Amino acid sequence: MNIFLLAEFSVIRPDPGLIFWTALIFIVLWGVLGRMAFKPIQNALTKRDNDIQEALDEAKRAREEMANLQAENQKILAQAREERSKILKEAKETKDQILKEAKEQARTEARKIVVSAQQEIENQRQIAVTELKNQVGQMAITIAEKVLRKQLTGANNQEAFVNTLVDEIKLN
Amino acid sequence: MHGFLKTTKKSRTSVNVSYCFLVLVLSLTLTLSTASLLAQHEGHDHGTEAAAEGAHSCGEADEDGDYDAVATVMHHISDANEFHIWKDVHIPLPIFLYAPDHGWTIGTSSMFHHGHAAVDRYLINHGRVNRIADADFPMGEVPINGIMHEVETITDSKGKEKEIDVYFACANNHLWELERPSTLDGGVLGGGLTSFYDFSITKNVFTMMLAALLLLFLFSAVARGYRRNEGQAPSGIQSFMEPFFVFIRDEVTKPMIGEKHYERFQPFIMTLFFFILFCNLMGLVPFFPGGANVTGNLAVTLVLAVLTFIVVNFNGNGHYWEHVFWMPGIPAWVKVILTPVEILGLFIKPFSLMIRLFANISAGHIIILSLIGLIFLFGNNGDSVGGAATGAVIGGLFTAFMNLIELLVAFLQAFIFAILTASYIGAAVEEHEHHDHDHERAH
Repeated sequence: MNIFLLAEFSVIRPDPGLIFWTALIFIVLWGVLGRMAFKPIQNALTKRDNDIQEALDEAKRAREEMANLQAENQKILAQAREERSKILKEAKETKDQILKEAKEQARTEARKIVVSAQQEIENQRQIAVTELKNQVGQMAITIAEKVLRKQLTGANNQEAFVNTLVDEIKLN
Repeated sequence: MHGFLKTTKKSRTSVNVSYCFLVLVLSLTLTLSTASLLAQHEGHDHGTEAAAEGAHSCGEADEDGDYDAVATVMHHISDANEFHIWKDVHIPLPIFLYAPDHGWTIGTSSMFHHGHAAVDRYLINHGRVNRIADADFPMGEVPINGIMHEVETITDSKGKEKEIDVYFACANNHLWELERPSTLDGGVLGGGLTSFYDFSITKNVFTMMLAALLLLFLFSAVARGYRRNEGQAPSGIQSFMEPFFVFIRDEVTKPMIGEKHYERFQPFIMTLFFFILFCNLMGLVPFFPGGANVTGNLAVTLVLAVLTFIVVNFNGNGHYWEHVFWMPGIPAWVKVILTPVEILGLFIKPFSLMIRLFANISAGHIIILSLIGLIFLFGNNGDSVGGAATGAVIGGLFTAFMNLIELLVAFLQAFIFAILTASYIGAAVEEHEHHDHDHERAH
């Protein structure tokens, strides 16, 4: 059947003008759009994709870092707490020891003081006793002298005197 | 903040505009294609009585008044040298004609007075420029009384009978045979080599130029957006077009061509996709700036397919050619069979691209025009108003439905053309891992 022919089915016939213009328009469009739009758009999109990826990576890294930091902080905090309690404990121990030592020292010191005081007292007593002895001796000598001087002028007196002295000694 | 508000508002407006545009397109397809067909029909009526006088009588002559569905459809999907708007209203288009024996004839299509005048032996017949074959025809402007159509039966060299259309122009009381519109098919497809070449800005060329300008305008705005919003979120028309661009990049070029080479071919694939898409969409607009069956014309898809062929084969690497001429890894006797098949395949691939796009778009247009034609068929050439009304309702509903399908097809065919081209390019630039065997040996 010749229907296509009769009906002028012209769209299947290559028209040289149309071929020429299509080629021209398409190639010009290809060149201009490629240079002016598609390449810059592609570059901009690639750049933006990279930027977004980078930003995401950055954020992820930051988040990880943050988490790490936090964990570290926790660790440090725990450590600090431990340290504190240790220091406190040590301080208490030191305090106790110091206190103990101080007490001990005080006690020793006190004992020493007491001992030395006793010694001093003893010494003073000895000194006093010695002095007393000396003074008594002196006094006795003096008295004896005086008595002797007075009494010994007469035999009776001397005798009486010796008797008195003897009495006195006996009385002692 | 202020700028941000402004751009948001702007983008919403553009969405609104495109939505309105879509609705307009769909509704007007229905009403206007009906109207223009009616107009077309009336316009053809004026030669009716003259035709009744009989063949070869000179006078007002045109085809008969009866509605010829096939002829009307074919006329509407054909390219034309002028935009036919309404009854006798035409938008003239520039005419550039070249005949080796005459030189250039330049003007606008209005100089032919829609078939009522011949200029330098050229005249308009069925919207296309034809040339009067007889060199004795006077040059300059000559009034034409009418154009007559005859079907002649000829016997070709093989003794086969063939029916061909012959047109005659009536001028100076003589019938002058017309050459066919300029084509390059050498008669294979019913055209033939003519003594002139038509480089006019036809409807199709005009629509392609408009689509190209629209694309340039659109993408310059988008590219400007990328410059302006560097390091920021996209805005306005930029964010409207970005999904298309990213879709083609991520679904077509990158997976088909491969990570390494895809950027080099991106402009070509993108231009193909958007050019075909815009031409398809313009073809769906039934009134003035659109209405041309651009991608449904074999010449257009031929050029696109040839460009694809060139791009693919000029970028084919050694491996690609090895696979074509001497497929590795198969027995030699299979190679002998396979090589011719592969060589044929080089041409069949772009050929299938050409036919697929052309057939899909043309078929869609033919279906829509046929549905609209129901109005005239049911209306019995204006005798039955009720029949015409029934046809209008049925045809209108189906046309609305078909338009939605056509809208899908417009996107789909652009996508298919782009993805197949990308896959052919991908096959041509693919780098095979030669070290595979070494690996196996190493293991």
